Parts: sequence; C-alpha cells; structure tokens
Amino acid sequence: MGFDQYHEPPNELPAETLTFARLCASLTEEAEAIGWYEQRIAVERDPEALAVMRDAQGEEFKHFSMDLEFLLRRAPAWREIARGILFQSGDIVEHGEEAEAEALEEGSSGAPGITDGSLGIGSLRGAGR
Amino acid sequence: MNHLLRELAPISDSGWALLDQEARERLAPALGARRLIDFSGPHGWTHSATNLGRSEPLCSAPADGVSGRRRRVLPLVELRAEFALAREELRDADRGAEDVELEALDRAAHQIAVAENVAVFHGWEGAFTGIAELSPHERIALGEAAEGYPRQVAGAVERLLCSGITGPYGLALGREQYRRVVETAEHGGYPLLDHLRKILEGPIVWTPGVRGAVVLTLRGGDFLFESGQDLSIGYQSHDDSVVRLYLEESFSFRVATPEAAVALTA
Repeated sequence: MGFDQYHEPPNELPAETLTFARLCASLTEEAEAIGWYEQRIAVERDPEALAVMRDAQGEEFKHFSMDLEFLLRRAPAWREIARGILFQSGDIVEHGEEAEAEALEEGSSGAPGITDGSLGIGSLRGAGR
Repeated sequence: MNHLLRELAPISDSGWALLDQEARERLAPALGARRLIDFSGPHGWTHSATNLGRSEPLCSAPADGVSGRRRRVLPLVELRAEFALAREELRDADRGAEDVELEALDRAAHQIAVAENVAVFHGWEGAFTGIAELSPHERIALGEAAEGYPRQVAGAVERLLCSGITGPYGLALGREQYRRVVETAEHGGYPLLDHLRKILEGPIVWTPGVRGAVVLTLRGGDFLFESGQDLSIGYQSHDDSVVRLYLEESFSFRVATPEAAVALTA
C-alpha cells in the first residue's frame, strides 16, 4: 500500500490533516469507481450483470457522499461554498461564483478559510497531545 | 458580518489571526471531552435544538376527531467566557511584538474548556445530565495512591465488559489524578501511563474539570455532543484603552448508553 496521498512529509503533518488527506484520497477513489461503473453499465447487455453493477454503483454513491460530508464538516469554508451550489436548481456556474464570493467576503476577517468565524476546532478524537 | 460582530472591533486582520491562534493553542489541550466522545457539527449559530426522535401526547386537540403529539427536542445551550485585552498590546502586536500580553484570553479559554468538560462529564443543571451522573455502575474509589489505579481501572473495564460494552476504552482524568499518573512509575520503573494504556487499549486524557476519573468506551454512538456554533471569538465593545471580547459556543450533549461509562471518585 502506498502513501502517496500525502504531498508533504507525513511525520510533519498534524493528525487531523492526515485524516483529511485520507478522506480526500478516498473521495477521489469513489468518484473514479462511479465513473468506471457508468462506463461498464453503458456497454453491458446482460440484465443480471447490469443489476449487479447498478447496485455496486449505488454503494459508491453512498461512499462518495459519506466522504464528502465528512470533509465538509471538517472544512467550514468548503461547506459554505458547497451549501450555495449543491441541491440548487438553476445555473451551476453562477451559483458557484456567488457562493465563492460570499464565503470569501465572510471569511475576510478573522482566520482565513473559516467562514463561520469559529476557531475550527471541532472533534479532537484521535488528535495527539 | 455575522453575529460575532468581529468587523466592529478595533482589531487588525493580523491581530485577529493572533487571537484566534492563541485561543486554539490554549483550548485544544484542555478540551479533553472532545477526545473521548462523538462530535457532530458544527451546525451553525441558528441551530437551536437536537432531534431526540421522541414525542409526547398533547392533552387537547384543535378540533373533534383528531389527536396530537408534540415532538421532544433537546435545546442547545450557549456557553460564553468574556475577557478584555489592552488595545496598546494589540497595537504592539501589529508592530511585530512577540510577547503580547494575552493572559485574559488564555484564562477565558481555560475556563470555557473546563466548563465544557464539566457539562459533559458531570452535567449542567437545567440543561443536561453528565456521563458520570448517568452511569448506573457503582462508583469506584480511586484512592490517594496512583499505584492502585491499574486495579481500579481494570475493574471499571471489567464492569463495562460484563455489561456488553466493548472497547477500546478511554480514561478521562481530572488534573490531580492526571498529575499522579504521569509522575508515577511502578516497580521496575515501568511508567504507570503505559500500563493504564495497555489495560484500556485507548487514550488517557487530561480533562480539567473532571472530578476523579471516568472510564468510557470509544466504540462510538454512546456519548453525543452536537455543536451549533463551534468555539469562536466575538466582539462585545471597546473604549480607548480596552477591547472587550468573548469566547462562545453553542451545543447540546446527551448520553445514549448510560452503562457505557464507569465513574471513579477522587
């Protein structure tokens, strides 16, 4: 098993950043799997095989969504931008620009990247002393 | 601008960054409960109650032929610690001073961390009941000598196992009890801290505010902390010489499995 999800030396990174990086890697893998199943389903003709693959792709949807929710909980700025884009009807790009501008504006004072003004401490489970 | 009103404070961006960093550094080691319980959120300042999934009957109905029930929820509480800083100190920080006087912030950070730990482990009257108070297990006396702690902690773990509560387990220690553990070596020089970790298969956590100690499972789903606004620094007022700020958070806490913890008294 490789450790290439870390861009910086792992022994220099705090525990919460290692966890965040692991979930980012997991999110990428789930998205890849969703894309692969999409391609397989597009070319498969056997109905039984199709049913199995659709079920498997549903699992990947779940895994991707769980990974995403975890990451959004740990990154308030990301969560704030996502809130303005996800599950909205209308122009996706427009929503994206607006959400980014609002998040950056709110985050312009205080710690960068934390748009609710909090200290971003959250859970400390697994954090080293 | 949100409810913290930070933009109204006479504090530069670099000043805010300094205060936030100082608060994080002071809070993180003292927030012992957060190392041992489930944390949900933050769900934002407007989040006011936790869904309990329960309801209660209403004695009346708005019309004949119908009945009604009311949902039961657990309201979030707000915890706040106020402090004041000298504006001259903040101006010196902007000039590049490395030894800025932030003792009032440090004290407030410690106080609010202790309050959170106490609320989780010993409860908050009128708000919620703590882990130690709800545990149905008979309390175990720790005694004065730390050399006896392995026996008592092992006893607590055994009680949890008898109740079907699996590990790993964590140990929340009050200040005095933690100091005793850290400074004690058993026969042969083996650190007591390591011995206790082997019994628990989990962390030993400095938890200021805890009276005695608590052994609890870390399997998840038993002790539920729901954060509304996570710990934040907000602005209250200022004059020529001081700026008055506060640390604040909103949260609820509930115990889903009272038998998943054993209290050890000092």
